[in-house]
Amino acid sequence: MKLVTAVIKPFKLDEVREALSAIGVQGITVTEVKGFGRQKGHTELYRGAEYVVDFLPKVKIEAAIKTELLDQVIEAIEKSANTGKIGDGKIFVFDLEQVVRIRTGETGAEAL
Amino acid sequence: MIRKILMLLALCGTVALSIPVFADEAKAADTATAPAAEAATPAAPAAAPAPVPNKGDTAWMIVATVLVILMTIPGLALFYGGMVRAKNMLSVLMQVFATFSLLAILWAIYGYSIAFTEGGAFFGGFSRVFLSGVTPDSTVATFSKGVVIPEYIYIAFQLTFAAITPALIIGAFAERVKFSAVLLFMVLWFTFSYLPVAHMVWYWAGPDAFTTADAAAKASATAGFIWQKGALDFAGGTVVHINAGIAGLVGCLMIGKRIGFNKEAMPPHSLTMTMIGASLLWVGWFGFNVGSNLESTGFAAMVFVNTLLATASAALAWMFVEWGVRGQPTMLGIASGAVAGLVAITPACGYVGPMGAIVLGIIAGIICLWAVVGLKHMMGYDDTLDVFGVHCIGGIIGALGTAIFCSPKLGGTGVYDYVANATAPDYSIATQFVSQAWGVGTTLVWSGVVAAIAYKITDLVIGLRVPEDQEREGLDSTLHGEKAYHM
Repeated sequence: MKLVTAVIKPFKLDEVREALSAIGVQGITVTEVKGFGRQKGHTELYRGAEYVVDFLPKVKIEAAIKTELLDQVIEAIEKSANTGKIGDGKIFVFDLEQVVRIRTGETGAEAL
Repeated sequence: MIRKILMLLALCGTVALSIPVFADEAKAADTATAPAAEAATPAAPAAAPAPVPNKGDTAWMIVATVLVILMTIPGLALFYGGMVRAKNMLSVLMQVFATFSLLAILWAIYGYSIAFTEGGAFFGGFSRVFLSGVTPDSTVATFSKGVVIPEYIYIAFQLTFAAITPALIIGAFAERVKFSAVLLFMVLWFTFSYLPVAHMVWYWAGPDAFTTADAAAKASATAGFIWQKGALDFAGGTVVHINAGIAGLVGCLMIGKRIGFNKEAMPPHSLTMTMIGASLLWVGWFGFNVGSNLESTGFAAMVFVNTLLATASAALAWMFVEWGVRGQPTMLGIASGAVAGLVAITPACGYVGPMGAIVLGIIAGIICLWAVVGLKHMMGYDDTLDVFGVHCIGGIIGALGTAIFCSPKLGGTGVYDYVANATAPDYSIATQFVSQAWGVGTTLVWSGVVAAIAYKITDLVIGLRVPEDQEREGLDSTLHGEKAYHM
């Protein structure tokens, strides 16, 4: 099993969710995050007081999946979150040791 | 003096009118068949009938007073609150709300009497302390001979001015001052700066005393110091805005900068709130300026139009200059510009024409923008919400601009001569400018000195600033035990 974490542009969330549903991903967890990468921040000006905003708002999604789905998932996220402009985000892949469904106690791939 | 005479006349009239009514009641008890027409027996003719308030004027003044309350709470509170960080939102709302309530009470106890009864050139008297002697029949003079309004609504209308003015100062030291210190400072500054300045600028005997040149000279001698200098201030450019603005500057200089000023980001937490507040200020300001006319007349309508146009032109001026110089037109900018325009038109609104109002607004929008962006940066003071840059600078522009745009040659009204009962034919911009400068200078010095002493006393008695850890955590949770937002 794999845990796929992707940091994407917030307005791409719906497209990514649809793309993942279409290839059979059962669920994702979404967090609003801030961060910086190669995309530069911007400045805000309030009555002459200038503030540099370094951390830009992004959305982090996490999906626990069967290993055989991995390539499809990466491809789906890559395609749906792509704008071609700097700041589109990144995908991180981790090995996932164990999954437990709390309600039933099922474990492993059964619980995904 | 004239008010006392008017009151006496009103009193005589009331007594005279009530006598036949009582007589009628007594008769009715004796003989139920007595014709009602007998009650109409005329009373002994009074020397001159006391003027009775016009219901339209009274209704307008009640509405205007409500509008100025709306302007303060929630208008000013939200305008200011939106510009601070979320951790200090409630502290600003609280300070405005509590200041308004506190000064309303002090106004009734002694404020009204000191500001608006006859006394010296700097302080009024004590004849209306605890509002003693005020009845529903008491009246005060307006700007027209023989036209009066009920004294109670005049007290309430002027109360709202006395309460919003100190509340304006809050913006200068927001985010770092103890709540108790704010309350003590407000009492001191209100008593020794607002009241005398209001008396100096606005107290006069009323137009009815101006019958002959001699009588006018005698009546003028009882008026406030700045009034006697001939300064025009229709709705409070000196009394309200310069007065509060300079007290704000003194405050932020004496209290010091916020921790992290110019190092940490301190962006406004909700410009939506600020926009709502600015808009309520604009709406409420029609009560403020148009209500200052005290009568519901065509002149009031002119004041209305001036207030509308100067604000719009200042909002656009600020927006376009910011757009040109900084690259983007901002919501905070247009809202600030609107307030700058409102401030500048306040002293001028009853003396200038609509085109004069537009030009005055443009000047105020541009210079106030410079004051908050350039001047503040240059001098390095931390006037949190630009009370000095918008209110003091805008007030000075308005007060001095009044002298220029009051000129009938520039579409203004000129100055009314109550002895000749006509507009004075010889308006001189230069003479009026000197008079206006007296008003500006006196207010700057008086309020500046009083504010400095008041801050010092407050610092010695209570301490002005909160401890560093409280300032970092925010005043809402540390001073008020609550948070503005739970999200």
